[in-house]
Amino acid sequence: MQIEFNLNGQLVGADVEPRTTLADCIRNDFGQTGTHLACEHGVCGACTVLLNGEAVRSCLMLAAQVQGEQVVTVEGLSGDELTPLQAAFRKHHALQCGFCTPGFITTAHALLSHEPNADEERIREVLSGNLCRCSGYIPIVEAVLESRSFYQDAGSK
Amino acid sequence: MKPPIFEYASPSTVAEAVGLLASRDGNAKVISGGQSLMPMLAFRLAAPELLVDLKHLKDLGAIHIDEDGVRLGAKVRWCDIECDTRLAVSHPLLAEAIKHVAHYQIRNRGTVGGSLAHADPSAEMPGVAMTCEARMTIVGSAGTRVEMADNFFTGPLQTSLEPDEILTEVHLPAWPVARRWAFLEFARRKGDFAMAGVALYYDLDSRGRVSNAHVGAIGVADRPIRLTEVEAVLNGNPMSEKLVATASAKARETVDPPTDIHAPGAYRAALVATLLGRGLKKSAA
Repeated sequence: MQIEFNLNGQLVGADVEPRTTLADCIRNDFGQTGTHLACEHGVCGACTVLLNGEAVRSCLMLAAQVQGEQVVTVEGLSGDELTPLQAAFRKHHALQCGFCTPGFITTAHALLSHEPNADEERIREVLSGNLCRCSGYIPIVEAVLESRSFYQDAGSK
Repeated sequence: MKPPIFEYASPSTVAEAVGLLASRDGNAKVISGGQSLMPMLAFRLAAPELLVDLKHLKDLGAIHIDEDGVRLGAKVRWCDIECDTRLAVSHPLLAEAIKHVAHYQIRNRGTVGGSLAHADPSAEMPGVAMTCEARMTIVGSAGTRVEMADNFFTGPLQTSLEPDEILTEVHLPAWPVARRWAFLEFARRKGDFAMAGVALYYDLDSRGRVSNAHVGAIGVADRPIRLTEVEAVLNGNPMSEKLVATASAKARETVDPPTDIHAPGAYRAALVATLLGRGLKKSAA
């Protein structure tokens, strides 16, 4: 079936099987492999993307369901430079093997975009939907906490 | 972990959706948020010929609150409930229970109707529906019918929904402001499926005695259940430490949870007793 949607700011089209997940569509049809797939049943959070600005698991959606919608992946968050959130991840060593990182970045970006004043408890609660098998959670939380000021400033402009 | 082959349709009216479901003789499934169905497809526990997406159906995503209670459209998402500040007064038990549902990303997609129709025995929304005597509005080829939660849940992942029927709305009866209530569950990680959970409410009569006690439990049977024997222990008595202890003991004695990889049955029964005790104390505070 033919679908059209906005991927990282560009209108794109693809011919997909109805059973194609959004994650597979993004990776295979558009070569945007920043969205990682691990569990493929909605447990690990690695495949998190933004659907109309909200964090969703792209393995738990069909590509057919994003017809006419706006999807942003980790590739869509930054240009040539790292975003402040990404830079904070680097500064705090908030990634080790890096497999889970795109999911954490997209999730934390969605959270701070909606709730720039989220406290540590809220950040931990939201990030509990993402698994880091290197178990480096503390630096991840630190990076997200530090990034809040950028989102607060962006919101007040 | 890839879904099996199926066709996909996204009708624009309920009638059209019902027609599509009816045309496949039980081999079509409804999808909306997909947060329960997509894993079922990935594991190939479900293999429908056709998925009917409710995406374009209007009017199923609203939360209506009036003197008769709270009506939730089938497409109301967990994040919609979380953001609706009216519910803290209009249905605090619902608001509290929904805080325990799944994780951030899933809460942006998962729906009330999906959870009820999926009927996981340890899910929160079916537990709230069962405890609060919710009424389900169901539309099918034969027309519209209303089903009480008690008759709706028929077994593990099983409901009274016919293959050509769609759950469109759930109605929770009006909630008196003075009502006492609690919702507690235990999961190893918040947002994961509960090993057991308890939802309860009661009113106090003019002499301060418990009346109209409703006690429900999740994760301890093949469907959400009411603990009517515990309710009988509570009704007519003033809340006291002794009553809490008696009710907890009764809860432990009346539930008969299955043993599975997550916990032995006896452990779940003990959990229900503990959660009930804590809940009753919390409700009386």
